[in-house]
Amino acid sequence: MLNSKDILSTIRMIDQQHLDVRTITMGISLLDCCDPDPAAACRKIYDKIATSAQHLVRTGQDIETEFGIPIVNKRISVTPMALVAGASRTNDYLPFAQAMDRAAKAVGVNFIGGFSALVQKGMTEGDRKLIAAIPEALAATDVVCASVNVGSTKAGINMDAVRLMGGVIKDTAQRTADRGGFGCAKLVVFCNAVEDNPFMAGAFHGVGEAERVINVGVSGPGVVHHALQAVKGQSFDVLAETIKKTAFQVTRMGQLVAQEASARLGVPFGIVDLSLAPTPAVGDSVARILEEMGLEVCGTHGTTAALALLNDAVKKGGVMASSSVGGLSGAFIPVSEDEGMIAAAQSGSLTLDKLEAMTCVCSVGLDMIAVPGDTSAATISAILADEAAIGMVNTKTTAVRIIPAPGKQVGDTVEFGGLLGSAPVMPCHTGSAEDFVARGGRIPAPMHSLKN
Amino acid sequence: MRAIVTVIGKDQVGIIAAVCTLLSARNVNVLDISQTIVQEYFTMTMLVDLAQAAVPFATLREELAEAGKSRSLDIRIQREDIFDSMHRI
Repeated sequence: MLNSKDILSTIRMIDQQHLDVRTITMGISLLDCCDPDPAAACRKIYDKIATSAQHLVRTGQDIETEFGIPIVNKRISVTPMALVAGASRTNDYLPFAQAMDRAAKAVGVNFIGGFSALVQKGMTEGDRKLIAAIPEALAATDVVCASVNVGSTKAGINMDAVRLMGGVIKDTAQRTADRGGFGCAKLVVFCNAVEDNPFMAGAFHGVGEAERVINVGVSGPGVVHHALQAVKGQSFDVLAETIKKTAFQVTRMGQLVAQEASARLGVPFGIVDLSLAPTPAVGDSVARILEEMGLEVCGTHGTTAALALLNDAVKKGGVMASSSVGGLSGAFIPVSEDEGMIAAAQSGSLTLDKLEAMTCVCSVGLDMIAVPGDTSAATISAILADEAAIGMVNTKTTAVRIIPAPGKQVGDTVEFGGLLGSAPVMPCHTGSAEDFVARGGRIPAPMHSLKN
Repeated sequence: MRAIVTVIGKDQVGIIAAVCTLLSARNVNVLDISQTIVQEYFTMTMLVDLAQAAVPFATLREELAEAGKSRSLDIRIQREDIFDSMHRI
């Protein structure tokens, strides 16, 4: 029989250390829903999502009951909508977002991702219409998430799209000003976006994917933090080994849930995403892991090195635990969703510049960051460009989810509630990037020899 | 299907008897039991076989939790696979 010490350690991880499966996300291809008539396309989109995912939530709950492991979110990702809607004779893409919203609500998921466009090299007419529709779509729907991929290591950075997105983010914040600019929390701007990411708001179902697929995102900052408390003062070798072992256990649990969900739903298993995703709950923070390594406060000197070690060890531990790893896989550092990050930002120790440095060594990027409401569109575009450049040059995914909180100043806090938490408004640099952003065109892809 | 029942709480007379009686009434076979008491805290883990169980998993889970509540015990049941996958390669 199993060792009762092991059994109790799993129970403690679930009860006291916030171990959970963060999301079961069903990816659904909508490529067969294209139709010249937009109303017909929307009908097909609704029907396909509602049919494909009708048992998703129920299945998630059943697995939760039998394994005794919380599965926090059940979600859907779909084909980037610009590819589907592009076939329809219409300039108005709002109905496509509304069809997604209705279908997601009908099956009971809490988010649906894929109101997206991939424009790293250029924009089609469909891409332009979709980008133009994002502010209205995010204001008029509740659970739809949008994302735009503006750059890649192979294509470079589409600065026309970057310029557009600065305005789109501002407009989205204005249209949802009554909720602190909440619409921006559902909008991600990527470089090197991945096709199998189960996490919101950036999830979409890539064109290289199967008809339907089950992707699972695990979590467990609390478990890693707890494990590190037992090796206080020991060397980095011990630290890395401890994180690896913990990540292995967490991922094995995710793999089991993914296989079980895949078998029950009759949908192929795609990947397990190894990300350490924090929540605003005390004891579920990535920042506190970094502090546990010996930093007085997250954001101080040493933070980037600590995060690099954490991110790498999580991957090494997780890779062996799953038959297929993908998505974003690493440590997330969303400011508003991490109790320790919020505290560090409020104390002034964690700045936008330090966060940018941190994104060079961990998964994703500037995530859930609130900046003053009067930040210009050009400044936001410049922030997007900086982050895309980090992703492009380092051959990694980077993303920006930034909220220019309407009417808020540095020192204020924006409350989003739930898993999205609360974001302290952080200062941006005030020097203008207006002329830089106004140039447009493309930043060429980097070369891959002469590495220095 | 095999599952692990865990009972955690303050030690008292008749814990094992109560859990076993409930399991037996639902035709659940107990395969193995291990228990320890650390500083008056009782922890028991049981491996059970649900192949012939008379009630669905969810019902049994609720009944066990309910039975625990009256004695201030935390009683839960989880499929064995979760522990296997986390602690064995």
